[in-house]
Amino acid sequence: MPTVSMTVNGKPVSGEAEGRTLLVQFLRETLGLTGTHVGCDTSQCGACVVHVDGEAVKSCTMFAAEADGAEVKTIEGMANADGSLSVIQQAFQDHHGLQCGFCTPGMVMSAAALLKDNPKPSEAEIRDYLEGNICRCTGYHNIVKAILAASGQEVTPIAAE
Amino acid sequence: MYDFELVKPSTVEEAVKALSGDEAQPLGGGQTLIPTMKQRLAMPGTLVSTTGIASMKGVSASGGVLTIGGATTHGTVAKEAASSYPGLAAMAANIGDPAVRNRGTIGGSLANNDPAACYPAGLLGSGGTVVTNSREIDADDYFQGLFTTALEEGELITAVRFNIPEASNYQKFEQPASRFALVGVFVAKHSDGVRVAVTGASEEGVFRWTEAEEALSSNFSPDAISGLSVDASGMMGDIHGTPEYRAHLVNVMTGRAVKAAG
Ligand SMILES: Cc1cc2nc3c(=O)[nH]c(=O)nc-3n(C[C@H](O)[C@H](O)[C@H](O)COP(=O)(O)OP(=O)(O)OC[C@H]3O[C@@H](n4cnc5c(N)ncnc54)[C@H](O)[C@@H]3O)c2cc1C
Ligand code: FES
Ligand code: FES
Repeated sequence: MPTVSMTVNGKPVSGEAEGRTLLVQFLRETLGLTGTHVGCDTSQCGACVVHVDGEAVKSCTMFAAEADGAEVKTIEGMANADGSLSVIQQAFQDHHGLQCGFCTPGMVMSAAALLKDNPKPSEAEIRDYLEGNICRCTGYHNIVKAILAASGQEVTPIAAE
Repeated sequence: MYDFELVKPSTVEEAVKALSGDEAQPLGGGQTLIPTMKQRLAMPGTLVSTTGIASMKGVSASGGVLTIGGATTHGTVAKEAASSYPGLAAMAANIGDPAVRNRGTIGGSLANNDPAACYPAGLLGSGGTVVTNSREIDADDYFQGLFTTALEEGELITAVRFNIPEASNYQKFEQPASRFALVGVFVAKHSDGVRVAVTGASEEGVFRWTEAEEALSSNFSPDAISGLSVDASGMMGDIHGTPEYRAHLVNVMTGRAVKAAG
């Protein structure tokens, strides 16, 4: 089996992967990083979003061998160096941006990618950016509030759409 | 998913050579092919990745023509074509979601020719050329029905050229679950006439609505098409919309696109 090597959350890693091994399988099964979730078989739910070379991608829709040599960041790499929650993670907790938490790793990774490109997004821009992240629990409002808060903006009551 | 061998060439020549093997197939962003392979609806023996081929990436405009490398992602087109061809860039910016746009490529989209995809309307509406490793195919000859194109087995889309119009707009009525077009209409006003391409609607895949093109070429306003209608027979029907509903939407979305193009 071919060996693939990449940097995951700042650490060099390598492991064997078949052609068909998905990046998410490599992260979860080979590296034991089970924070990245699989919520569907159709590339639609976004629970598996990670960053590859700084860009948000669905790790269920990319082969591990395609990330050979890349810098990958997962939810396990989001906390601050001292182990405390990052600003985005803390905002999700403060604003009740999760219920069961299944979608949360993907939501946090998408939020981080959004804020990198657009540090002060409007409510509409946040909703638009999260189009590929599905949440069965929260109804999204508190997720949008959390991201507004994480971007340092005022969290006004958000009317249901 | 069945196993296969993944190869990652860095030049078109290497890719074409790898594609000449048995059961070899290009892999663009994988945003269509990987879900299809998970369902075991495709079982290639070798996948030849295009994303490491530098000459197949990038966006450039000159002399009224926009050229996009075959392995360029929707996200890159959204950014890099924004000044030279804003109507097409806006269309690319609305394909799927950000993570899909970071991987999905123009070559993969046009090779797949999904009847509800956006790029087929963008290319047929603009007019232009599909450039492959072996020839150039006019946009009007390229699309040949559902998931069917003029491409031969093992042929690689290396670039796509679009004729940049004076004004253009794409209107997509989204199927809310898949985010593909339930009906999408690309309108382009060129100096020598208007082109109107419709995706998502017909059982034959993307098509030009020539009646609307004629009306709009003499009067580029939504009023010009208000009395026209497309025939519901031949339109797709499913749980998301009847053929009559889609036929109606074609007119509505064309009107909106003309208004937005201005
Ligand atoms: C959740 C989701 C939402 C989506 N929404 C939309 C949408 O709104 N509108 C839309 O248009 N699309 C949408 N898509 C599809 C997306 O645009 C795909 O990226 C695209 O259709 C295929 O491009 P790809 O690069 O991923 O191709 P792949 O999946 O890698 O390949 C698709 C096919 O093209 C072939 N191929 C790939 N590259 C080449 C090439 N250079 N030359 C010849 N053949 C090639 C492959 O062999 C395969 O048969 C969506 C996808 C997902 C997962
Ligand atoms: S697991 Fe659902 S999009 Fe990746
Ligand atoms: S919190 Fe349960 S799916 Fe989002």
